[in-house]
Amino acid sequence: MRFAGSGGQGVILASVIFAEAAVISGLETVQSQAYGPEARGGVSRAETVLSREQIWYSRVTRPDFLLALTQDSLDSYARSLAEGAIVMADDSLVVPEGLDRGRVISVPILRTAGETVGKAFTANIVAVGAINRALRLFEPETLTEAVRRHVPAGTEELNQKALAAGEALITPEMSEAFAQKWE
Amino acid sequence: MPSDLIHQYMRIDHLPQMWCPGCGNGVIMRDVAVAIQELIEDPDLHFNREDFVIVSGIGCSSRAAGYLDFNSIHTTHGRAIAFATGIKFANPKLHVIVLTGDGDCSAIGGNHLIHAARRNMGLTVIAFNNNIYGMTGGQYSPTTPNGERATTAPYGNVDRPFDIANLATGAGASFSARGDVFHARETIDIIKQAIQHKGFSLVDVYSVCPTYYGRKNRKGDAVDMLKWQRENLIPTARYYSMPEGERAGKKLIGILSINDYPEYTEEYAKVVDAVRKKGKG
Amino acid sequence: MSEAVLMQGNEAAVEGAIAAGMRFFAGYPITPSTEIAEGSAVRLPQVGGKFIQMEDELASIAAVLGASAAGMKAMTATSGPGFSLMQENIGYGAMAEIPCVIVDVQRAGPSTGLATSPAQGDYMQARWGTHGDHPVIALSPSSVRETYTLIIRAFNLAEKYRTPVIFLMDEIVGHMREGVELPKPSDLIINRRKMSFHDGANKQAYYVPEGRYVPAMKPFGQGERYNITGNAHDASGFPTNSHEIAGRLVGRLLDKVERNADDITRVEEYAMDDAETAVVCFGGTARAVMSAVLEARRAGKKVGMFRPVTVWPFPEKQLCRRLPQLKSILMVEHNHGQMLLELRRAVGRDRPVHFLGRIDGTVISPQDILAKLEEMEATDDAE
Repeated sequence: MRFAGSGGQGVILASVIFAEAAVISGLETVQSQAYGPEARGGVSRAETVLSREQIWYSRVTRPDFLLALTQDSLDSYARSLAEGAIVMADDSLVVPEGLDRGRVISVPILRTAGETVGKAFTANIVAVGAINRALRLFEPETLTEAVRRHVPAGTEELNQKALAAGEALITPEMSEAFAQKWE
Repeated sequence: MPSDLIHQYMRIDHLPQMWCPGCGNGVIMRDVAVAIQELIEDPDLHFNREDFVIVSGIGCSSRAAGYLDFNSIHTTHGRAIAFATGIKFANPKLHVIVLTGDGDCSAIGGNHLIHAARRNMGLTVIAFNNNIYGMTGGQYSPTTPNGERATTAPYGNVDRPFDIANLATGAGASFSARGDVFHARETIDIIKQAIQHKGFSLVDVYSVCPTYYGRKNRKGDAVDMLKWQRENLIPTARYYSMPEGERAGKKLIGILSINDYPEYTEEYAKVVDAVRKKGKG
Repeated sequence: MSEAVLMQGNEAAVEGAIAAGMRFFAGYPITPSTEIAEGSAVRLPQVGGKFIQMEDELASIAAVLGASAAGMKAMTATSGPGFSLMQENIGYGAMAEIPCVIVDVQRAGPSTGLATSPAQGDYMQARWGTHGDHPVIALSPSSVRETYTLIIRAFNLAEKYRTPVIFLMDEIVGHMREGVELPKPSDLIINRRKMSFHDGANKQAYYVPEGRYVPAMKPFGQGERYNITGNAHDASGFPTNSHEIAGRLVGRLLDKVERNADDITRVEEYAMDDAETAVVCFGGTARAVMSAVLEARRAGKKVGMFRPVTVWPFPEKQLCRRLPQLKSILMVEHNHGQMLLELRRAVGRDRPVHFLGRIDGTVISPQDILAKLEEMEATDDAE
């Protein structure tokens, strides 16, 4: 799984949360990231490998899943996907030519964070909620615990709200369709 | 007394010391030894000889660490204050005294000096300030006055000099003072106060280097250089009783600044206590 | 639910160091090692230890050596540019025999290079960074879990041999997160700083009995006054101008590591028993190598991995034991061929060693290695 966006959007944290959920569930996981020198802005990319077997190589060359929060990251990483990969992109982004639209989940992540949750910086957690429901990766409790372990004390409620708002972006029909494609 | 002092507090088998005839460093080393001796022997104070650690860097001054019979560590050029910071922080009950030179503490180690002053950890820094690099044969240092000569300033020094005591004050030192070779008793008392001061203390002690600085700059022999100190370096009481007009070109021997800032190791101990209490609660 | 926790390599370095008894950290922030300083700042007060952020790396290593002389197990962490600044005092630590651990989380150089990109270009610097002949022990972990256990060993070796130990990490392992079950803290934690000086020779601070290599160590402030210096010194710890004493001292410093190489060097071997091709690597590179070896084995090729865990001294004895069975050797590392030089020295010039390296800050993939293995096969067949 690859998570891409601009520095400060928290894509690394989103990637860490899935790795934490994997650890809680007893799966093997390796999480890594590549980022520029900027704390804010610049390209930020993080990767989580999930497996039932021991993982050696820690990097992802052709991911089965891509989250893209910026046009730049969608355009560049859409070119290096595994066959049949699923992409989740913010609905403000233009889906590049050549990407199978049937495999793109286009949802208003940034707007939901800003308007429904009320804090733009929760976009990463909104995305985590949406991804988890769309791909049916982990039990909701597992994910809640993984989020709790990685957000600052005192923000649990806000982040829980963001997680729920993300889940709400995915209809049962979408979940049914994409979880099948993911399998 | 002096021979007693030597037997008790100096490493006899490493004497005589290696400094040139007329060098002021031996006097400053003696001042340090006397100051420590008087503190240890004062029944009202509780100074334990084993708690003293002498730290030095590299240069003429830094050889003093080897002659003084305490725990001693002769470190690398410029880094004495940084080593001392580690020693003091690791074991705050130790009295950590840094013996350094003008080059060691204000050129290559200048960054450590100002940050130690800012941090206010309870170290005592004694700068043997002879206005020259003696060990390497007479190159100009950050305290060589403008216009004076050195092997690397053959036409006169273009640099402007540091005043180390003022530099420390400016960097926030909670205790900054000046001493010299001529006014030994005053300097011993200043060093005693510096060691007793809770927090960072610096004493900039004016040494004399007849071999290089004196000879290059026609300052005469050691006696002439000490006479210059007598005329131009003025202990506190007399300095402040002088008419202001007469102070021009003269420097104060005494304490320049003293403040009761929180001491670093004590402040850190509070942090540790708070963290551990919270952890248990 | 499993007992494992998700942890970054840099975090594991902090936890392992604390388990080893590290109670003093002095450092200066630098990517990609900064999480070690941050973690130490959080964790050390919790265990009654001390953290200080110094004004630069020169001061950091000096404070670490000072704290160690005063009785604390001490560590610093940095990356290439800071590691360069620390070199003079690493030599001081070797000469004055002050134990400590220096973590270098390597990044792509030279100079400021690519601050956030992985590399292994400090391998030779770890050995020869400071001037003069001196002993060096350097260990390199390849996973988060190994970072935890190996840094404990780094502290133990530092204590046992009274010398700075370099913990040579890389960005791959430092920033990687894995689920790890931390082993129970080992009770085999070495702390030599309770001893008094060796008997004989008037209990001199640096006296070493015949046939032994390491003087006993007693911290400052515990009742025995002595002198520490980076100058050539005699058993009393005072500078000497005697060439004979100086030569004996440096000889002993080198011998204490070289003659104890069997105790110090460790390797990890995978599928080496019947291997005809050995892929040699260290640190984070082993991740891609393991994937490639597994893949090659699935294709029926007799390929194994040989990984020095102790990277200095180079485990040449363990490697040479494998030489008779090997038809080819491939060195894979994220630099322009540094361990390659040591490997070639160890195996001798009549045996060709193939090389796959990278200097652009990107990571070598298993596919790169498999392609290289195929290329080797093709050329070997042609010969």
